[in-house]
Amino acid sequence: MSAAIETKVGGNAFTAVLRRDLLLAWRTRADLLIALSFFLVVASLFPFGVGAETNQLRAIGPGVVWVAALLATLLALPRMFSQDFESGVLEQLLLSPEPPIVWVLAKILSHWLATGAPLVLMAPLLALMYGLQADEIGVLVATLALGTPILSLIGAVGAALTLGLRGAGSLLALLVLPLFVPVLVFGAGAVDAYAGSMSIKAHLLLMGGGLLGALALAPFACAASLRLALE
Amino acid sequence: MLEINNLACLRGDRLLFRQLSLSVQTGELWRVLGANGVGKTSLLRLLCGLTTPEAGEVLWQGKSIRQEREDFHAALLYLGHAPALNDLLTPVENLRFACAFGGDEASEADCKSALSRIGLSRQLDLPAKVLSQGQRRRVGLARLLLATRRPLWILDEPFTALDVAAVGELADVITQHASAGGMVIFTSHQDAGFSVPVRTLDIGELRGELGE
Repeated sequence: MSAAIETKVGGNAFTAVLRRDLLLAWRTRADLLIALSFFLVVASLFPFGVGAETNQLRAIGPGVVWVAALLATLLALPRMFSQDFESGVLEQLLLSPEPPIVWVLAKILSHWLATGAPLVLMAPLLALMYGLQADEIGVLVATLALGTPILSLIGAVGAALTLGLRGAGSLLALLVLPLFVPVLVFGAGAVDAYAGSMSIKAHLLLMGGGLLGALALAPFACAASLRLALE
Repeated sequence: MLEINNLACLRGDRLLFRQLSLSVQTGELWRVLGANGVGKTSLLRLLCGLTTPEAGEVLWQGKSIRQEREDFHAALLYLGHAPALNDLLTPVENLRFACAFGGDEASEADCKSALSRIGLSRQLDLPAKVLSQGQRRRVGLARLLLATRRPLWILDEPFTALDVAAVGELADVITQHASAGGMVIFTSHQDAGFSVPVRTLDIGELRGELGE
């Protein structure tokens, strides 16, 4: 065997996948705009339903923004792996010499940057609509910044589990929405607690812990599910 | 060296083959034969470690590919049925990405010259969705040109959709790889005319032994 052929191959799957997925997100930015508009429209529907009474709107504001963010995240989840699954790219990724969690993490990060981060940035606008105070908006944005990555991480496991199934989108919603509940409870709860002049430290710590936990476990579960989907 | 010991493959509740043993040495070219549905692709996916065999094991350089996955995959290039292209990226972007996550160093210039060499010089900046089937296959071919350092190539129907000239060129690339000390296992329904001896593995015959 020649020396050239024996050269060990080492690569950088993380940056390669991150760069490509962000480039693809930019090329399909119309899809992302749809998710953002969905966020805006869902959150704007509530005043029509419950009436435009200022105090009432202020009370439901954080919860509504959180639920809308959750649904908008869900909208983009099925696309996370499906394209690569159909085109055969996923198969090739699994054959990369690097551990699958490396590129799975890159995929989740790029998904969050493309869908979760814009939601966080747009949330203050909706919060203003609901008449939240500036410091309340700050708390809301902080909880969203902590919470939306958890949604992407848990959602990635769901997307991987439902990959290639019929009706994957609705199954995915059924599967992950219950798991999103704790995030929603502490996320929206933090703003309420702050408005009631209570400490929000516990809420933020719990969400931070949840994020670390999801960060540690979800990529493994996701990689294992992807392997199963390709068996 | 790739060793296959008593491999059995179950698809659903159908036994495709069992007690398949084979040893692939450096410089060898293996063609897997068999009718449609006989289990050629299943065998190749087993060999890559994408699926788990029902029984038996695959050894790379004497070590199980399950235990030494990273070493094995660093040595392996697999081209499957699907050309693994994203429709929105250009052939250059697709190829660079494939090389980067696979661990093959390839600059943009390397990718461009590989693509030009296999006749895609005018399609370099077009999104892959406008390419024809044969042109998509050629991008996979360019991947081979950039992966000559990997000893083991496993190719699933590499000649499909290629025109006569490209078939000849691919056969040359495969021959060269084998003579440089590589190993190639491929499936094909057509005779490409290799200038080196090609060993064959007929899965249909194995099935005959199963008594079907």
